[in-house]
Amino acid sequence: MAYVPEEYYYTKDHEWAQVDENVVTVGITEYAQQQLGEVVYVDLPEEGQKVTQDESFGAVESVKAASDLIAPVSGTVIEVNTSHTDDTGLINDDPMNDGWLIRIEMDTEKELAALLKAPEYKKIIEAQK
Amino acid sequence: MTSEPLKTPIYDSHIAQGGKMVPFAGWEMPVQYGNLRDEHNHVRTKVGLFDVSHMGEIRVRGREALKTLQWLTTNDVAKLEAGQAQYSLFPNEKGGVVDDLIVYCLEPGQDYLLCVNASNKDKDFKFLTENNRGAIIEDESAQWGQIAIQGPEAIAAIETVTGTSFADCPSFEFRTWEWQGHTCYIARTGYTGEDGAEIFVPWEATNELWQLFFEKCPDARPIGLGARDTLRTEMKYPLYGQEISDSSFPHEAGLGWVVKPAKGDFLGKAEMMAAKEAGVSKKLVGLMITGKGIARPGYPVFSVDSVEIGVVTSGTLSPSLNQAIAVAYVASGANSVGDKVLVQMRNKMIEAEVVKTPFYKKA
Repeated sequence: MAYVPEEYYYTKDHEWAQVDENVVTVGITEYAQQQLGEVVYVDLPEEGQKVTQDESFGAVESVKAASDLIAPVSGTVIEVNTSHTDDTGLINDDPMNDGWLIRIEMDTEKELAALLKAPEYKKIIEAQK
Repeated sequence: MTSEPLKTPIYDSHIAQGGKMVPFAGWEMPVQYGNLRDEHNHVRTKVGLFDVSHMGEIRVRGREALKTLQWLTTNDVAKLEAGQAQYSLFPNEKGGVVDDLIVYCLEPGQDYLLCVNASNKDKDFKFLTENNRGAIIEDESAQWGQIAIQGPEAIAAIETVTGTSFADCPSFEFRTWEWQGHTCYIARTGYTGEDGAEIFVPWEATNELWQLFFEKCPDARPIGLGARDTLRTEMKYPLYGQEISDSSFPHEAGLGWVVKPAKGDFLGKAEMMAAKEAGVSKKLVGLMITGKGIARPGYPVFSVDSVEIGVVTSGTLSPSLNQAIAVAYVASGANSVGDKVLVQMRNKMIEAEVVKTPFYKKA
């Protein structure tokens, strides 16, 4: 069973979101990492760029496939994890913490209502097995 | 295609060996057992085993077998002696490609075994029977399992397991191997760019042979479809449905060498040769992605002045080169080695360069 911490929000597309006041840190889940296999490239937006809930903000690629990254909330990208530029290994090794991808200053907290809580996300990954 | 995926005779071993199974061409096949890059490198440095039992086998026999195959394939089947094999294409009446295949000659003139793509097997069988010129044509796919053994240690592994010499078998030839009452064919062919063989073995004995390789060859590892695709892409070997299709001409795909017009008439010959004479407007080339990103099939290709000039057919990170590579159809004007192009990856234009292929060459 993949690691699904209680304090995060999730999307059905296997991103996690950690909320700290109006700043949302986003990454891919442990389950997503397991499914992708070795991540070899990540395409991330730049600081200042706008992202929209449920829309693609970038992509993460393994040797065999590309998969879109979906924004859990709308807002402005205020920080990008630059450690992935040279070494994407962190996304496999620690996707839920140091392997975070971007930080978003969210437009409205109301959008959080559309996200999944840990028990709901666990059901989704159970169903995919 | 049936709704329930088919299982090869090695299915249970794949599960036991940790294979991650995925649906492929109507079959449940292992995409990888562990790390794709490790599997890829293992084939390049040691020896890997692939279950290719899903491939189709069609037997063409009888007095009219040669005549039928000369009409329905582009290469010259008359050149084959017993024990020789030949890469070829089934042409359609428009000069396009129904499938690519290997023709194995069991007896010149009257007995041939064709190995075709799993995804096209039913289409191929229909094509052959509908255009038959008097041969006996049988679908033997259910009778044959197939194991590919590929890598620098492949020949030694085959000699260990079979107890026969195989190093002296030339490329694109095959040997008959009698094993426990089963007639098997061991062909010096493959789809990885490495030395090795593909063994045709009766379905019911396939799993036992698979197990035997792992018992007797400590270096052997099972390899999934994921690495099979990266290995063939590094060699720019075509994959039907990506590089070639019903609507692509062999000469555009760089497969003119498999078309032998001098042998006589064949289905779609006039159309195929007319397309060649008219000058192919696009060409299948290798691209090195010099910018950041990985090109995937379907991504559009642009000239440096932003005119759409082609499309990516295969693309991956090359594990051997640790570099993103792609195969693409590109229009004349920007399809020579050294030409610069752009590949659109999602919303970005990424630089790429036309390079010589194969991408990977043995040191």
